[in-house]
This record gives sequence, C-alpha cells and structure tokens, in this order.
Amino acid sequence: MYEPILLRRVDLPRSETIGVYLANGGYRALEKALHEYRPQELVDLVKRSKLRGRGGAGFPAGLKWSFMPQDDVRKYLCVNTDEGEPGTFKDRVLVERDPHQVIEGAIIAAYAVGATRAYVYIRGEFFLGVKRWIKAIADAYEHHYLGQNILGSGFSLDMTVHRGAGAYICGEETAMIESLEGRRGEPRLKPPFPAQKGYLKEPTLVHNVETLANVPHIVLNGAEWYASIGTERSAGPKLFCISGHVYRRGVFELPLGTPLREIIYDHAGGVPGDRRIKAVIPGGASTPFLTAGQLDVPMDFEALVAAGSALGTGAIVVIGEGTCMVDVTRRTARFFAHESCGKCTPCRVGAMRILDLLENIEAGRGEPGDVQRLSSLCDGIVGHTFCPLGDALVAPIRSSLALFADEFEQHIKYGRCCAAA
Amino acid sequence: MTKRVLEDPAKRAMLLTALYVAQEQYGYLSHEALQRVADRLNMDPVQAYETATFYSMYRTEPVGRYVLQVCEGLSCHLAGGAEGLADYLQQVLCIHPGETTPDGLFTLQTVQCLASCGTSPAMRVNDTLHENLTTDSVDMILQELRGG
Repeated sequence: MYEPILLRRVDLPRSETIGVYLANGGYRALEKALHEYRPQELVDLVKRSKLRGRGGAGFPAGLKWSFMPQDDVRKYLCVNTDEGEPGTFKDRVLVERDPHQVIEGAIIAAYAVGATRAYVYIRGEFFLGVKRWIKAIADAYEHHYLGQNILGSGFSLDMTVHRGAGAYICGEETAMIESLEGRRGEPRLKPPFPAQKGYLKEPTLVHNVETLANVPHIVLNGAEWYASIGTERSAGPKLFCISGHVYRRGVFELPLGTPLREIIYDHAGGVPGDRRIKAVIPGGASTPFLTAGQLDVPMDFEALVAAGSALGTGAIVVIGEGTCMVDVTRRTARFFAHESCGKCTPCRVGAMRILDLLENIEAGRGEPGDVQRLSSLCDGIVGHTFCPLGDALVAPIRSSLALFADEFEQHIKYGRCCAAA
Repeated sequence: MTKRVLEDPAKRAMLLTALYVAQEQYGYLSHEALQRVADRLNMDPVQAYETATFYSMYRTEPVGRYVLQVCEGLSCHLAGGAEGLADYLQQVLCIHPGETTPDGLFTLQTVQCLASCGTSPAMRVNDTLHENLTTDSVDMILQELRGG
C-alpha cells in the first residue's frame, strides 16, 4: 500500500492552517535547507532527485534551477497556480488544503536560485484559493519564514499574491509573466527564456504548485529516497485527478508509473454500470486519446509518449462506451477556441475554423471532405504558433480523427450519431 | 498584513488588481471606471481597456446582481447533469446564457472549466462556488438569493 506524501495532511481538520502544518513536520525542511545547505548544493540535490515539472511539460526541475544566472542580480520566482485545463483539479487541493507545503517548497527554491521576491499567480476563479494563499503567506511572515533574514540565515524573501482574471493561456510561463506585469496575457517569443529575461526583464523561475510541493520532502528525506519512487526516468509521487465515467472521481496520489488500469479500476472504482471503456484522456484536454486496448500503459512521462499521448497534468478523463466522440472532440475544440489568446493567426483562426466544422458535423450539417478539411487545418497550426497552445489544441483532434474516423464519416453521411447510447 | 501581501512594487503590475477593485465599486468597468484606474496608475485609459478586455472575469457591460456561471466543460458533461443544470436555470429564470433577468437580479453564463471535474455539476455565483448540485439545491440557492 502506497503511503501518500504530498496529500499526507489534506484530510486533517483545518489542514490549511500553519498550526496543523507545524504540528505535522512543517517548515523543518526549510530550517534544514537554510542552515545545512548552500544554494548550489540544493540545486544539485534536486537534480539528483530527478524531480520533473508537474505542470505538463515534465522538464527536469534541477536543470531549470541551474539555468538561473548566479550573478548578483534581482531574481524572481513565480508560483504557477493557474490550473485550468479541462479535467485538471489537483493544484486546487494543494492550495486550498495544504498551502504551507507549497510555500515551504517555494522558499527553498527561491533560496537555491537566489530569488528575493516570489509571486503566487493564482487563477482568478479560485476564490477560496486566493483567501487561503493570502492567509497562509501572512502567517508565514508572522513566523519569520518570509521577510527579512529568514530564521537568522541572512536570506530574505518577499511573497505576493497576484490574482489572474480568467485566461487559460496565462498558465504558459511567458504569458503569465506578461499578466503579472499588468498586460494582456499573450505569450512571448522564446528565447529569451524566463531564466534569462522574465518578470520586468529579470531572471525568473516559474514552477507549478505540485512541483514545489515535492521540494520539502526531497530536502528532508534525500534525493536517493525520492528517486527510488516511481520509475527510472519518471521519479516521485504524482497527483492524478480522475473524472468522467468512473465511480469515484477525485484526486489520487500514486507513484509515477502506476498502470492506468489500476488507477481507473482499483482507485476510482471502475466505470458505472460496468460499461466498457471507449477512450481515455490521460493528461488533460490537450493530450491525445488512448483506447481501451491501451489501459495497461504505465502513467509516466516516457510510457505515455511511447503510447502516442502524454502525461500532461495527470488529469485522467474516462469516456465510457456509448459516448459520441464527435461531441467530445467538439467540446475540447470549444475550450481551445475560447482560450486562444489571438496573438498569432494559425491558432486564432484555425481554432475557430475547426470548431465551426465540428459544430456543423455534430449538428448533422457535415459535408463530404470535412474530415480532410479538419486534418489540413491541423497541419496548418502545428509548429506554426508562438506558444504550445496551438499544438495543444490540435493533439486531441488529430487523435480523435485517427481513432474514430468512422464515427466522423457516419455523422457526415447520416447527419446523426450512431454511437451515442 | 493582508495589505502587504497584495502590494506590488511595479505600478503597471497593479493593473489587474486595480481593475478588480474598480469593478467591485462600479459593478462593471464603465468608461468612467477605466478612466479612474488609468489616472491612478498613470497610464492611458486605452491601456487599461486593452488589458481589461483580454480577461473573461472583467466586464465592460453591466450585469445582474448575481452572475450564475455554469460549467459546461467535458468532465462535467460526461458526468451528466451539466446541460441539465444550464437548461434548468434557463427554464426557471426565462433567460438564455448571456442574458440578465428583467429585474436585474440574475445573469446566466456558461463557462469552460471551474476545476470542479470531480464534484460536478458546478456553478459559481459571484464569489461562491457550489458543487455537486441538484435541481433541489439550485432551487434553494435561488430562493436564498431572492431573499425568500
């Protein structure tokens, strides 16, 4: 039986308070980090732990830290709490029910890279999360875990909450930085990367909430302990949030590499009515569909890429037999068309054209050749956009066209759905 | 202490926060509200407008006293009940999504994802999130908002 690490405290009464956090081992990692490690040693520690980013891209965290310049310039840390991809609801749990774990990880990360100011960028819709962040940061200041000369170490850090205002694209790190600066959240061209020129053109480290939550545990228990959880290249625990056609929807913490089948049937209780599974989205709305024949895939970065999809945010959406895939695809497209920021043409226009075609097919007004038209629109978007949103919007559509081609053709031919129960 | 947490050294960076404050005071971001924000932050009103129109949580048109936002995301749809909830509200309030009731009390909107995929159907009413909704609980919420 796997013992949760990140979610260890979330079911305790008043788990969000600093009192409960301190009573359960909280901020011990920070003391250890500040008093026993030099910054560079922490960067090496996190490198050896093999921790990878949990926001979707899976970039090695230690490597990201080492990209931050070591010169004595003003540096920033951004805590990405802009969770918003359909199917994803894991960061909400951490922020609403154990915010100090993330704050502790953020302070350690800031110390390691020499950042003196941290911004918590939180999705505007997370009203409770905003309240919890503000309270938790205020309490951390009062206990001298934030502010000047933290715990007598000579290291100082200020932390500020910055509330977003409803734009999925602001989860992309350069768009988030634009938004932090009070502008429209349109991504910047990379390079330069935020580690060179980020917030106010200064070096900036951006991390997802879940990534930072892992850091205190690595400091307390060591890199080798952490690397021993999960698989060789995908180390550590992962929060999987599962929704759609399952008995028990929710957030489950399991080691990376846990088979998808085990998560769906053992942890989420399987599909209601013992329906067969038609498709699974393994990592949020931007990841390609898996089919019923791929349920034994281990949920880690490498295995999912090999299976033609991606781990993404670890947001699993189970789609049972009898569901119309044209409708599912249309809903996914609707999200991305709504969230395209409009900065570059292929994404802005392409997403709307794709959505138009899908709405028509779903409404029985599809025409012969629409599948080819969809596919050529996808070709026109991939690789031609400023930021990954273009690729994100195309991935599920391409995979749906490939896996469920006959459903699309039937919709077009008969003007209705033959799959829906 | 709360004030210190929200403060920010760069002035332009205060814009998103300032827009929230103005929206709270004026009900929506009217020309007058945007002008005030711009004056306070020492920028052109068009810069405030440009930012305001990018984000879905800022309103440049008046809305009802209570804005009901129903999630119509994929997970909510699969779990069932999301469409039912939006349809039910349309029926009860006699308005379509995007419209406001004639008494100015309710505005109905559909939104994409509220990160309530595990607890759908979900609806936000101004600053409050309601999850695992049924028609009964929706009735109770509406009754309470009407002051009944």
